[in-house]
Amino acid sequence: MGEAIGVEGLVKKYPKGVTALDGVSFEVPEGTIFGLLGPNGAGKSTTVKILTTLSRPDSGVARVAGADVVRHPHRVRLAIGSVAQKSGVDRDATGRENLVLQGRLYGMDGGSLGARVDELLNRFGLADAADRVARTYSGGMQRRLDIAMGLVHRPSVLFLDEPTTGLDPAVRADMWQMIAGLAADEGLAILLTTHYLEEADRLAARLAILERGRVAAAGAPEELKAELRGDAVHVELAEAPPDGGVQAALGRLNGVREVVVEGRALRARADDGARAVPAVLQSLEAGGLIVDSVTVARPSLDDVYLRYTGRRFGDAEEELPTPNGKDPALAAAG
Amino acid sequence: MPTSLAHTWYMTVRHLRNLMRQPWYIAFTLFQPIIYLLLFGALFARVVEIPGFGSASYISFLAPGVVVMTALFSAGWTGMGMVNDLDRGVMDRFLVTPVRRGALMMGTLVQLAVVIVIQSAIILGLALLRGASFPGGITGVGLVVLSAILLAVPFGALSNGMALLVRKEETVIAAVNFVLLPLVFLSGIFMAQNLMPHWMQSVAHVNPVNWAVTAGRAAVGREVDWSVVWSRLGWLAGFALVSAFLATQAFRAYQRSI
Repeated sequence: MGEAIGVEGLVKKYPKGVTALDGVSFEVPEGTIFGLLGPNGAGKSTTVKILTTLSRPDSGVARVAGADVVRHPHRVRLAIGSVAQKSGVDRDATGRENLVLQGRLYGMDGGSLGARVDELLNRFGLADAADRVARTYSGGMQRRLDIAMGLVHRPSVLFLDEPTTGLDPAVRADMWQMIAGLAADEGLAILLTTHYLEEADRLAARLAILERGRVAAAGAPEELKAELRGDAVHVELAEAPPDGGVQAALGRLNGVREVVVEGRALRARADDGARAVPAVLQSLEAGGLIVDSVTVARPSLDDVYLRYTGRRFGDAEEELPTPNGKDPALAAAG
Repeated sequence: MPTSLAHTWYMTVRHLRNLMRQPWYIAFTLFQPIIYLLLFGALFARVVEIPGFGSASYISFLAPGVVVMTALFSAGWTGMGMVNDLDRGVMDRFLVTPVRRGALMMGTLVQLAVVIVIQSAIILGLALLRGASFPGGITGVGLVVLSAILLAVPFGALSNGMALLVRKEETVIAAVNFVLLPLVFLSGIFMAQNLMPHWMQSVAHVNPVNWAVTAGRAAVGREVDWSVVWSRLGWLAGFALVSAFLATQAFRAYQRSI
């Protein structure tokens, strides 16, 4: 499979000594969805700005659709679509007018442009509103129009910067479905930035976790989680066990570690929780301890994040300053 | 058609179409000029009796000045559209496309020129109804409008440039109110130049607004002094080149800041 995006050692510093990117490298194969995950201020938007030729790196190399972003930005622009976090829709024009102008900038014209615009309007459920001014569209509709505008010219790479931020949960679910469909139908490579762990987990075939301008971890979500080799096993006993009773019962089990007992609750980490459960239950029963319920939790991306950066994702969100020095809580709210 | 021209055309159409959806905007921008033309013009009609004024009809004298003033203010407000596009993410969206960068600014300036033609037609039409006469004929009137456009385009470019640098509506509004109005009074829009205080005459001599008024008035007069017309238009063209350079620098500064 060819490379849709190749990034090596990207460095970007802003005035006032803010280092937004400190040597970022990753690769996105053609036709896949790649997630760039990280808290606000990690460098996701900066990376996208460089890859979409809005911004130039201080050093490093970035190739998109085979063209170097610094040396051949024009070639890159012809091949990419971008949906920024802030909507780029011209709100004083209709949906159709927005799409037609966008297509014209890529040299599309006449009948084929009209047909493509109709196709996109239908596909994104905007046909009825096509001739209404975009100002009258709901938030979800504007977002869909933004995506349609990014696709008019049939790019080979699509950038989605925080596509579901600010949307209702129901709309978000629809958006996820649509994004997953896009990669499949149009053969697109999609680079998706998000600070929602669940979104990255659900949509991305591969992801990179950015933290303070560096790639903290990269790989497929399942691979990253499997690497942790630590499912959480949680057992509720019928009654509080005698001191040392649990350790005696489970001590000889391989692959079960970090056993912690609190009252009637028993927590442990197991390499493979599903496989460990029968052994744990048998051992506890043999030790005379009656089990009420058992839960197994697969590691989450939050656990992955914790492993690679030493902090929980939620805490990281609160700490990091954004590149222009704004308070992250305010930036997230704004 | 070369791509730059095509893109400029698309951008111009976009701006004009959005403007046509708010036709009241043109009426709104004409309100003050009409007040100046009709009320101020009537109020000060007898100023032509001052010896040395050089004109028999104040409204004929004033009309080209009001055309220039209107064009100047329309140009000043151009930056607001740019601030809007910058704020809304529209500019960045365009910058990701292969759009010719020059077209982004030229589109607003061509739209400005079209609006000025419309505004000028209305003002001059009203002046004619009030009894003004323009011996210079259609050519003269055309040159008045041309002078106004040659003034407006550089000021529009500067307004856009300021918008790109500061990106705040308040700054554009402050610049329009505090810079343009003094420029209007430090020109021959309301008063014959030879009757202005000496220091104002000196300032007017280097004021592009005055170059436009002088050229326009000279073109519609009974005896056209072509050297005056061409010299002023030439200076305005030079001013336009300088403004274009400054605006381009501002655009580049914006691109570096993204």
